[in-house]
Amino acid sequence: MIIENFRHRHAGHCESGVTSSLLGHYGLELSEPMTLGLSASLTFAHIPFVKVGGLPLTAYSMPPGSIYKGLRKPLGLRMAQRRFHNPDDAMHALDAELAAGRPVALQTSVYWLPYLPAEMRFHFNAHNIIVFGKDGDDYLVSDPVFDQPQRCPAADLRKARFARGVFAPKGLQYQPQHFERDFDLDAAVRRGIAKTWKMMLYAPVPMVGVGAIGRLAQRIEAFDRKLPDARLQRLFIGNIVRMQEEIGTGGGGFRFMYSAFLQEAGEKLSQPALLDASSLMTTAGDQWRQFALLGAQFSRKKDITLQQIADALRTVAQTERAVYLQLKDWTKGRAPAAGTQIA
Amino acid sequence: MKQSEVPQDQLAYYGDARRAVYAVDDSGHYTTVASTGWNAEAQVNADAVAEFERLAQEARVRVEQGRSSPLEYHMYARRMDLPMLAQSAGIWRWRVRRHLRPPVFQCLPEHLLSRYAEALGLSVAALKELP
Repeated sequence: MIIENFRHRHAGHCESGVTSSLLGHYGLELSEPMTLGLSASLTFAHIPFVKVGGLPLTAYSMPPGSIYKGLRKPLGLRMAQRRFHNPDDAMHALDAELAAGRPVALQTSVYWLPYLPAEMRFHFNAHNIIVFGKDGDDYLVSDPVFDQPQRCPAADLRKARFARGVFAPKGLQYQPQHFERDFDLDAAVRRGIAKTWKMMLYAPVPMVGVGAIGRLAQRIEAFDRKLPDARLQRLFIGNIVRMQEEIGTGGGGFRFMYSAFLQEAGEKLSQPALLDASSLMTTAGDQWRQFALLGAQFSRKKDITLQQIADALRTVAQTERAVYLQLKDWTKGRAPAAGTQIA
Repeated sequence: MKQSEVPQDQLAYYGDARRAVYAVDDSGHYTTVASTGWNAEAQVNADAVAEFERLAQEARVRVEQGRSSPLEYHMYARRMDLPMLAQSAGIWRWRVRRHLRPPVFQCLPEHLLSRYAEALGLSVAALKELP
């Protein structure tokens, strides 16, 4: 049993990839960067008092589910979502959808999916995949972060769908139920961009936005006094970098993806201001990578200091602030103010 | 990041898999490039894996000395920590902490053992001993 006309697509991030693939399957070609941008899912958050595996939660995109939920207004997208109490019911429901010829998106744990390399398997429950067929006891899985479709034995898939803990999927399956085919792109782009700069510049809490990047830099600078243990320092910084580069594309990746969104939107709406913002966001992405490189080499090379890492973060914050100010000017219909242009 | 700057560090654990990375091509347009991984990413990931291995080894020593129950070893070997195991098994943290004591662990009823076994993806027999 296989859904013949389903086409696997390789994507930078699982949820945006799944959303874009499913919409594509039902005839709406919306690129992955577009799903990220229109749903305003780009962010930065560092929340010291929420610990994941003993280390503070650091996020570069909005919580799981934001991408397809964020498309509700611009696209009128409704996902038919089902969660289950009983794993048997969940697997039967999946089989029924496949038999009806509909690919289904599932939320799963990363740890229990056997086709992922062991080094990448951690207990993270908000991975998204599409199942588009069943061959004997194996499900055919389109995992957007892989370039090829994968196979997953039924027993493992079942376990991955019912992993417990933070973001427990509870067998969540979803598929598009309704969406507008010809939506107003201009309005959607303006709304998505406005939402992003508002959050990044003026979030009412200090843990979110450009300010949070600066606060994180401050925190890292204070490590000599506050966290003298070199091993913990390395784990702390390593965790931020890992969230950025390894788990779900991360900061560098999301920044580049957002840049791609700004470029696509700028070209479709012929708005040169967006193209300028796109190239500045690319610079921000490159600076995130610079930070990641320093962070990864910290404690391996003696000449990298905490001060350097903090400075790298500040540079990122400065560039990102300039991007969001440009975007703000654009949505307000103003010419870019002098002095916001850097780099 | 330009197309030519996309890291291709041939990470062993990627195998045949590739990661999609957004990068700018020569004409300034964004495209996706299949990447074989980046060393920086592999280093921080290796640190995180090593941390769990270190915890598991320390737990193994404690279990051999009779100061802890095999549950602690299996918890770290499965890359979990105590809050995560408690949530996965649906058992309160203070109870899990108590179950790490060998005398308590030895008297655990079958239904609790099977919940831990389910959460850790092990059989009950495997849960009771070190591999």
